[in-house]
Amino acid sequence: HRNLNGAGQFFSSGHTNNWAVLVCTSRFWFNYRHVANTLSVYRSVKRLGIPDSHIVLMLADDMACNHRNPKPATVFSHKNMELNVYGDDVEVDYRGYEVTVENFLRVLTGRLPPSTPRSKRLLSDDRSNILIYLTGHGGNGFLKFQDSEEISNVELADAFEQMWQKRRYNELLFIIDTCQGASMYERFYSPNLMALASSQVGEDSLSHQPDLAIGVHLMDRYTFYLLEFLEDIHPASKTNMNDLFKVCPKSQCVSTPGHRTDLFLRDPGSVLITDFFGSVRKIEITMETINLTDPIKQMEEK
Amino acid sequence: MWIGFSLLMPDCFSLSFLKDLHWCGVCMSVAPPHPHTNTDSFQEELVVRPLHSGDIYASFQFRTVWEADFSRGNKVSHYQLFPKSLGQVISKFSVRELHISFTQGYWRTMQWGQPFLPSPPGAELWVWFQDSVTDVDGTWKELTNVLSGIFCASLNFIDSTNTVQPSAAFKPLGVGNVTDHRFLRYATLPREIVCTENLTPWKKLLPCGSKAGLAVLLKSEKLFHSSFHSQAVHIRPICQDQRCKSTSLELRQTLNAVFDLHTSGQAKREWSLFKMFSRTLTEACPLASSSKIYIDITDNSQGEQFELSPASSLLSQAVVLGDRRTFSVYDLTDQATFGSTRSLNLLIRDMLRPLLHAERYVAGYGLQTGEIHTVMYNHHPYRSFPVLLLDSVPWYLRLYIHTLTVTSKGKENKPSYIHYQPSKDRLRPHLLEMLVQLPPNSATEVTVEFERALLKWTEYTPDPNHGFYVGSSVISSLVPSTVATNTSITQEQPLFSSFFPCKEELSYFVRVYTEPLLVNLPTPDFSMPYNVICLTCTVVAVGYGSLYNLLTRSFQIEEPSPGLAKRIANVIRRMRGVPPL
Repeated sequence: HRNLNGAGQFFSSGHTNNWAVLVCTSRFWFNYRHVANTLSVYRSVKRLGIPDSHIVLMLADDMACNHRNPKPATVFSHKNMELNVYGDDVEVDYRGYEVTVENFLRVLTGRLPPSTPRSKRLLSDDRSNILIYLTGHGGNGFLKFQDSEEISNVELADAFEQMWQKRRYNELLFIIDTCQGASMYERFYSPNLMALASSQVGEDSLSHQPDLAIGVHLMDRYTFYLLEFLEDIHPASKTNMNDLFKVCPKSQCVSTPGHRTDLFLRDPGSVLITDFFGSVRKIEITMETINLTDPIKQMEEK
Repeated sequence: MWIGFSLLMPDCFSLSFLKDLHWCGVCMSVAPPHPHTNTDSFQEELVVRPLHSGDIYASFQFRTVWEADFSRGNKVSHYQLFPKSLGQVISKFSVRELHISFTQGYWRTMQWGQPFLPSPPGAELWVWFQDSVTDVDGTWKELTNVLSGIFCASLNFIDSTNTVQPSAAFKPLGVGNVTDHRFLRYATLPREIVCTENLTPWKKLLPCGSKAGLAVLLKSEKLFHSSFHSQAVHIRPICQDQRCKSTSLELRQTLNAVFDLHTSGQAKREWSLFKMFSRTLTEACPLASSSKIYIDITDNSQGEQFELSPASSLLSQAVVLGDRRTFSVYDLTDQATFGSTRSLNLLIRDMLRPLLHAERYVAGYGLQTGEIHTVMYNHHPYRSFPVLLLDSVPWYLRLYIHTLTVTSKGKENKPSYIHYQPSKDRLRPHLLEMLVQLPPNSATEVTVEFERALLKWTEYTPDPNHGFYVGSSVISSLVPSTVATNTSITQEQPLFSSFFPCKEELSYFVRVYTEPLLVNLPTPDFSMPYNVICLTCTVVAVGYGSLYNLLTRSFQIEEPSPGLAKRIANVIRRMRGVPPL
């Protein structure tokens, strides 16, 4: 009979695949840092194993090939231009005007027109762990999309409830880096959601540092320290969520990051970072023998 | 696929390099041939041409020819060199020809000459469907969605408001006698941005990817730091041989780039592959039957203008764009050509002046009306030739066709063929096709007035003050040439001169794209709803509130409160039990 002592450790989280939905909602050149935020999370997530087919990347504007960019086809995260987070192998699924509230909600709930290609769909099932990262300009209870429309925290909470009812996720980690970000997760009511935000209600999230050659701020503080934290993670690391909650304390971030774990069933201390940011394959070794049945005989034609 | 081959048959791999035989040929003699394999072949080519202004023009072409026939609904399931994603698209949507290009920048014809493969700024897609398709519009919409996923581009914005069916300007470039333009669809997205995310899937369609062969040079950081950059995919059926009893499917992936002398920090005109692409070549793609580099040395016949190192003894002449040019050829499948980096030191003197050139601009003032002017120049000293002008204008610029004028040299020039399809608001754009005869050595101006429409407020883009784009005009023509063109469909021609099929010897086909136009529409102030709500609520509150108070307020008489001395006196009186004052 199967020896389950070692196997039990594999399935303590219960997920079999990982997805990521990374959204940058700001347009215009001075919002370069939001694109850099999203691309740095994209880079970390790809490095830790989630393939492009399981990542839905939405960038509301093009910074890399923007005519104002002195170094085309690059997006930097640090002022010494050390890290090009754009890279050479990037696939953006929704870009420019396609990043709208409607498309974002359709991706989450899966209600897309039938001719939508696979790369633009979130094909998750009830054993998927999903990472959702949003960045842009926001306020108390809303997030602005492209300076022309907004998504409210109620809409977002309802979308997650739809996902839960349709069994589209096993566990969901929601990270938001905007001003007053904590207001966006106040209204969640579906189970198995964990949320992190870069600032509390009434506080602004600040950007990190400008670069004099490019002329804009390159990254936001919270995501900058988040990227630093993630650069130390590798696919086999055992760091858990409690370390993620400690990223960017008030001394570095100026705003107070917040988190919400009351809807999450497991203890955050037992949740690995790679459960959401990486794509760790679970392999079950079995000693059972399976007898294949005899092939079915072809029916005689009449 | 080819990596798998090398693991199975390592002898095959090393043999091909030692004996200088090409990959496919050697392996097929070793492995037992599959009875139903569709044979395909792959060629790659790079043409480097120094330009008059000191810039340098690099044109890559990757061509896969596949002996598969999709026309009768055949199912194909075995893909070798031809990419599976495109093969499935062709068979599912019954596509006969597909041409898609992504371009950043505008081709400056007068400074750079004619490109080998023209393309307009932004994205352009035109498709000829098979005549077995019953619902062409529905298939077109699905095809654009699927292509947007394959190329990571916003092609799903192509819909009936920017699709047209040109009747004459876009004839099929492959074989076949279908001329019913109901099966043709053409659309452009002039606003489409081209960046690494479009190059990545394009490179993945190549048999060797970006790991071997000429595609190794395609690194985005250098490629996008250029004045002009265009990548395209062209699929069309071609004849297998001279008798043309059966057709093969040809896939050409092309990439054109023009590197600017000044932005790349060059003090003197010295170019090398390393300076252009920050990479050098180390091997040809093992799956390619031919892998060549052509350097245009026409202006250096005696070796006095520039020096090419390492020098190549192979020379080839080709007639391209009406001009006979000499090329120095480097064959990458020959091991002997590999060494250290190549350095090209160049000085350019002369260049054949392009005979056909066009410009377009918007005239007028204000946000209500305007004029579109298209100017076409014929620089031939004594020959006139006809050009076909295709204009597709979005519905929100309402063209007044009765004001259409065509003038050459001050006199009116009546077009011999006009096909005009008026627009329908929010359904389809204007389509104007005209056949105009350009007199020799002249400029012909086509003007048409338009009126700007007011859009509904949800139809504006998030950044409406940027303006709205109007796609490039397309001018197609058979230009007379002084040099005879090769009209045979043999396979030995270099790829860059064999793209456009040529039926006559004394003329060559040219397609010129004008600039896209950027037009401002009357844009409302989007903060007005908030202002209106505040103002209305204030007015209602003040007006209604005052009226309500006036009607329902009643007055009561109240005793004034006594002064301090009186209040103390009242307190003492209350204590004594005496009534107050």
